[in-house]
Amino acid sequence: MAYLFNTPDDIQSMLETIGADSIETFFEQVPRHLQLDQPLDLPPGLSEPELEAHLRQLAAVNHGTSSRVCLMGAGVYDHFIPAAVDEIASRGEFYTAYTPYQAEASQGSLQAFFEFQTLICQLTGMDVSNASLYEGGTALSEAVFMAMRITGRHNRVLVLGSLHPEYQQVLETYLRNFDCQLDVIATPDGVADVDIVSQALDSETCCLVIQQPNVFGAIENLESLCQAAHEVGALAITSFDPISLGLLKSPAACGTDIAVAEGQSLGIPAQYGGPYLGILTCRQKHVRQMPGRLIGQTVDRNGRRCFVLNLQAREQHIRREKATSNICTNQGLLAVRATIYLALLGRQGLLDVAQLCCQKAHYAADRLGELPGLELMFQQPFFKEFTLKCQGDATEWIDRAAAAGFDLGPDLARFPRLRESLGDDADQTLLVAVTEQRTREEIDRLVQSFASVSTHSDTPQSLGKPA
Amino acid sequence: MRNTLATELIFELSQSGRRAACYPDCDVPQQPIDDLIPAAYRFQDDGPGLPELTEPDVIRHFLNLSTLNMSVDTHFYPLGSCTMKYNPKRHERLAGLPGLVDLHPYQRTCDQQGMLRLLHDMQDMLGEIAGLPAVSLQPAAGAQGELAALLVASAWFRSRNETRTRVIFPCSAHGTNPASAAIAGFQCVQLNNSPGGLVDLDELTAQLDNSTAVFMITNPNTLGLFETQIEEIAKRVHDAGGLVYIDGANMNAIMGVTRPGDFGGDMMHFNVHKTFTGPHGGGGPGAGPIAVREDLAKFLPGPIVSRTTDDNGYTRFELETPANSIGRVRSHFGNVGILLRGYCYLRTLGPDGIRQAARHAVLNANYLKSLLADILPVPNGEYCMHEFVASAANLKDNRDISALDIAKRLLDFGFHAPTIYFPLVVPEAMMIEPTETESKLTLDAFAEALHKIADEDPEFLHQAPYETPVSRPDDVKAARQPILSWSTDDGRDSL
Repeated sequence: MAYLFNTPDDIQSMLETIGADSIETFFEQVPRHLQLDQPLDLPPGLSEPELEAHLRQLAAVNHGTSSRVCLMGAGVYDHFIPAAVDEIASRGEFYTAYTPYQAEASQGSLQAFFEFQTLICQLTGMDVSNASLYEGGTALSEAVFMAMRITGRHNRVLVLGSLHPEYQQVLETYLRNFDCQLDVIATPDGVADVDIVSQALDSETCCLVIQQPNVFGAIENLESLCQAAHEVGALAITSFDPISLGLLKSPAACGTDIAVAEGQSLGIPAQYGGPYLGILTCRQKHVRQMPGRLIGQTVDRNGRRCFVLNLQAREQHIRREKATSNICTNQGLLAVRATIYLALLGRQGLLDVAQLCCQKAHYAADRLGELPGLELMFQQPFFKEFTLKCQGDATEWIDRAAAAGFDLGPDLARFPRLRESLGDDADQTLLVAVTEQRTREEIDRLVQSFASVSTHSDTPQSLGKPA
Repeated sequence: MRNTLATELIFELSQSGRRAACYPDCDVPQQPIDDLIPAAYRFQDDGPGLPELTEPDVIRHFLNLSTLNMSVDTHFYPLGSCTMKYNPKRHERLAGLPGLVDLHPYQRTCDQQGMLRLLHDMQDMLGEIAGLPAVSLQPAAGAQGELAALLVASAWFRSRNETRTRVIFPCSAHGTNPASAAIAGFQCVQLNNSPGGLVDLDELTAQLDNSTAVFMITNPNTLGLFETQIEEIAKRVHDAGGLVYIDGANMNAIMGVTRPGDFGGDMMHFNVHKTFTGPHGGGGPGAGPIAVREDLAKFLPGPIVSRTTDDNGYTRFELETPANSIGRVRSHFGNVGILLRGYCYLRTLGPDGIRQAARHAVLNANYLKSLLADILPVPNGEYCMHEFVASAANLKDNRDISALDIAKRLLDFGFHAPTIYFPLVVPEAMMIEPTETESKLTLDAFAEALHKIADEDPEFLHQAPYETPVSRPDDVKAARQPILSWSTDDGRDSL
């Protein structure tokens, strides 16, 4: 039997020590009629070789970045992951430990998390980072709750229409049972109009939620937006792309009060949506309103520097219903991955990645944008991702790219919440993200494949979906 | 043996001009950056002040750091309520397969059919284990599963035009229960346990009325006891018009033996990182899928994987959001990497293996409990389920040895400490969960260490541990002057 290590002799001797006849004795507290009288209806157990063959079979049906060139985006990006990240994160000492309640037995994790907090502060310019939340969407929701507690304004949240629609959905869910109005300002130009945002802000507004770069890939005037929020006493919450900070002005320098992020770009594989890494940072004065774990430095009884779980009086295991969040298990191992990733890149590495993404994305945008049937949706500065407007249905262009060995997208029609900003063009738009991994040859080949079809017909033809 | 230089903070190891990761030259025609992004949007100083290290610096640093941890791979880790069972290595290899690890969440569904089949079958397996057929895999951890299910409950009541405002739970509940209830907009009502450690039926009944929304209960409870009156509890909650939520943190005791849906639960969450071997990752990630009654299914968070047969008889898997869904509780599908490991575990064990795992977990706990009965008695229950809460109150009273002292000293013997001071209903609580993947040999050695400790000099124990990299950190100092990130003037010189 898999993963059971007591021999029949062991079992007998254990039962004798206990003074029980059989294992059934212990289960007498479960009323007899509630106990299953037949096995669960589940498939039979598999040996390791059988399991591996089964998983390989399932994996072979999928098409990931190992079989196609990935130019997909919308918050999840195909950045290069150095081998050292996997090597360290696959140490059992890291991945089979749990929450570091016993500091003496957990200095490895605790110090790594303290380094994570520091790196994220260095990256963002913010004062404090916690030790991780689930992912970008919940990090944003937690930031909004924080803003409510800080401002005492519980009735209105203002969100830009250029926010990732799934993050907006998560926020809607978290606010379901609160009497709080969620107002969305459409961004038909691809970025927010600061004047319109200013007019929409009022003294009831708890916070303004901004994404930088936004879901269309475009760069918002973050500084002016933060300023507008502050003018009515609201907080500015920014959801940022960590890699963009190798080029863009930091959230702190732009005036952000709470900066959150999806940390997937920092050495975490796409793995169909998770586990990823929620990042949440804030100003020093708001630290006691933060959700999640915080690691602090202190000294031990011999005066040695060490690290502990800190300010736990905010957390659910102490404060219960008055806690700043219900989070317990977080994304520790992903925070370790991000720490290793940033340590490997260092300042220059991050700058290089950001520059490469930016140059290659602009090259791709220029080349794709000049093809018949394709154009850039917005005339706005962008970083590594841009929105294409296609002639015809965007999903047909995605199908054509896939047939040529490329993954583009997502198409934006799949997000009903973006329709207000995209209008009638929604069905014709898709995202293209270009990371440092893409080469000129790949981009040229994609352009070529589109061009060769375009020359044969005026409208794109569906090539059908592969089985 | 310890390399203390390597475990200085990476910021202290940093040396200007060093780097690990190098990238190729730009192979597209470069444009002046000012033409691409206005200067006002870019930083004008040196940018983020990240440390500068070589790859060997980084490797040596983190590998040495890793040796400062206890972990399931290296130590017995009987942390109660956390189910620290062995994490099979095969899962790590399989979760890393191309075609699984490299799938972008927005890939076309025709490109994800293998993954969707896996997730669909995972939904079915969890539904079967729960005895509750409708499953959403989306929640990222147990606490988020609680929140999602409570939002489902509130949507269900709303659909019936009922206003129910109160969530009830025993005082021995995990802190996440009330914290989740608060975010879901409910008032919290806490019950005292009966003297036997179980739910006090009379006290529960006194609190039930038409404002009762949900009764949350962990079963087996946090004392490691099965709530023998669970059917009657559920009946009374249902009679009052409420729903019963089962916190599945302790499913390791009962999987394949009894099912929450069969003993009156309407909703539950699983902790895939506990019960189904998703590794705990130093604090996460987890996965907290929820299973609910059929009539609650339409409110579940989505997407959910559905199975259809097309006109040609081919099976297809699609993503669907239930009709009256509470919405997303997170971006993308879920913590798929952890769900996938749970899938591997369930496929390895099969129905009999799952039941046997629960039986052996309960055997190991009862064996350890009996070995410790003379020094660390268990106030509640004759036999326990997969864990037990012993009390060091006698040792505290007679010898001034606290649960904390014992926990710290255990580290010197090479054992991770149990959960201590939870639940609060047991004085000097030590919550011990050995799991089924430990052998008699380990349990005997652990019990022997505890007996030695019980005989040690209390003064000596107050200073323990001695063999660990650090000992008794000053938590008060940490909280009073929080240092939450490294800076060049962190006062170390004065240490």
